[in-house]
Amino acid sequence: MNHETESMNQGRRDFLGAAAGVSAAAVAPGVFLHTPVANAAPRTDPVTDMHRWGLLVDTSKCADGCTACVDACDSENGLNLQAKPHGQDELKWENQRAVWIRKVKLQDNLTGHVTNLPLMCQHCEHPPCVDVCPTGASFKRADGIVMVDRHTCIGCRYCMMACPYKARSFIHEQVDHKLTRAPRGKGCVESCNLCAHRLDNGDISTACAEACSAEGHQALIFGDLKDPMGPLRKALAKTPSRQIRQDLGLNTGVRYAGI
Amino acid sequence: MAEVMTKGVLLALLAAVLGVGSAAYAEEVGDFVLPSSKAAALENCVEPTEYMRRNHFELIRHQRDETVYGGIRGDSHGLSGCVACHVGYDDSGTPIEIDAEGQFCRSCHAYASVEMNCFDCHATVPRGEAWNHEVAAAHAHLTGSAAARPTAAER
Repeated sequence: MNHETESMNQGRRDFLGAAAGVSAAAVAPGVFLHTPVANAAPRTDPVTDMHRWGLLVDTSKCADGCTACVDACDSENGLNLQAKPHGQDELKWENQRAVWIRKVKLQDNLTGHVTNLPLMCQHCEHPPCVDVCPTGASFKRADGIVMVDRHTCIGCRYCMMACPYKARSFIHEQVDHKLTRAPRGKGCVESCNLCAHRLDNGDISTACAEACSAEGHQALIFGDLKDPMGPLRKALAKTPSRQIRQDLGLNTGVRYAGI
Repeated sequence: MAEVMTKGVLLALLAAVLGVGSAAYAEEVGDFVLPSSKAAALENCVEPTEYMRRNHFELIRHQRDETVYGGIRGDSHGLSGCVACHVGYDDSGTPIEIDAEGQFCRSCHAYASVEMNCFDCHATVPRGEAWNHEVAAAHAHLTGSAAARPTAAER
């Protein structure tokens, strides 16, 4: 599967060059490598690098003021169960509470053009958070999902410093209410895990993409970056997209169109 | 001769007392399974009871790494399985936190004087599980699977 990874890793110029020449020949060999998951049942064998999960965000479809993805993420991952510690300042709490997706609004000061986009863990191929983790708690799963093993996390927050996307949150206080699928405890760092619990049970979906479709925006497309026939690669092939901070060469799993 | 017999009787009595004592001891340890939990209706846990008493954490810890790194969540040796089966219910059918006073995990850990910090982070009642029949039914349209009906016990 190396050629797949490399093809996602190339710069824009290389990509355009290749696209002009041999695009049809390059896509075909991957077709039979992908095994679709047939039914929703918990997996019994470990994840492999046969898949690499990712997202495409079409910022032109992302509506101003809409928080459907953020809300869906909050309830899917129990983030809405966090409570403000007694007596803490409201503004401080808003800045400190764990969030996995942030809605970001950009304005071009010259033209006045406004862009909205959801920003979450970009699931880098070369994640800086993993590089800096002193205990090995921050890791990349075989299927490309960057996660924190909170059993090993010591809460040093180096990963939060290293992440160019401000994707990680720290849990400052004991959390009283938790979901079985989303453990959460004081002193650990966490971030978007692309709804790994869904994927592990055969649901090829994330709460955010599902909510965005339900709202009718279709701004988020979730899928397998290694499946040339899948919805994500089809969308990526159709739309010009880029990585945020592409210059860092992290090869993110989350791609953005229209920025 | 009489003296020997007296000694024999005393020994027999001592043995009987000890025997009864140890039987009561064993029974007391086993009593931590709550009658209102699903576990009460089962003959033994996912492994034989004696094995579980001593080695349950080895199983949980092994499964923990399988789940975090391998994404295997359906196996019966996971902590969520322990909670789902051993959690007690009050009269109205509401699950009681498994680490609360008198509940399964807490009472045995208190008895054995072993610290337990699983529940600093993990859910103490079955709530929002990654997979059960209800979740599968809700997401059936995504994967095209035949959805099973949710049972009352799964929430």
